[in-house]
Amino acid sequence: MSHLSLRPLDLTALVETVTAPDRGGVVTFVGTVRDHHHGRQVTSLSYSAYEPMAESVCGTIRAEAERRWPVRVAVVHRLGDLEIGDAAVAIAVASAHRDEAFAACRYVIEEIKRRVPIWKRERFTDGTEEWVDPRREPGSHVVTVNQS
Amino acid sequence: MPSVAPVRVLLFARYAELVGRDTLELPGESLPTVRAVIARLRELPGASAIPEVPLVAVNLRQAGLDSPVAPGDEVAILPPLAGG
Repeated sequence: MSHLSLRPLDLTALVETVTAPDRGGVVTFVGTVRDHHHGRQVTSLSYSAYEPMAESVCGTIRAEAERRWPVRVAVVHRLGDLEIGDAAVAIAVASAHRDEAFAACRYVIEEIKRRVPIWKRERFTDGTEEWVDPRREPGSHVVTVNQS
Repeated sequence: MPSVAPVRVLLFARYAELVGRDTLELPGESLPTVRAVIARLRELPGASAIPEVPLVAVNLRQAGLDSPVAPGDEVAILPPLAGG
């Protein structure tokens, strides 16, 4: 199964790949494109990836979650050009009970952000573009770059 | 003299823009570690802005500065990740 998609994400189809009669809890997470970043207005963005490694790492994260909790996990990340509100990443987790499904879903999104080689280039209303560097985000655990 | 396969270096996102290309081949016989590959890479025009200790993957697996590199390996230099 591919974890990367150039086409709009279909959450319903993703959920159908993990549901089963004995899995009564389904948790989904959808990350969408925000219209602002550090107070600047974002108009659109594009995602690119080191595709073979991104595929492999997504598969590893999914397997880790399925080993740690009694769940089935599906995850897909969008690549290419996206507009505000488009789904960038979608995760569906099904389990017999909700606690495991919530925990596994949280694990998968955090590990994707931390480990999958994907990059984001944002376009702003003033016409400029910028690669997003999460290390410079407010609240980041990594020392921020001194920009003075 | 038998020819030695080059080390294939992949650059992404901002790093590809700094160097002006996303793929290059470096001579495979003199680059035994990730550290040596990065040192050679950073000599190229534009590449000095790539950190001395970037995220790196060798043949799709995350690697450290002392990880071995062999002729024919694929060494990917990864800017700060921003997926999700």
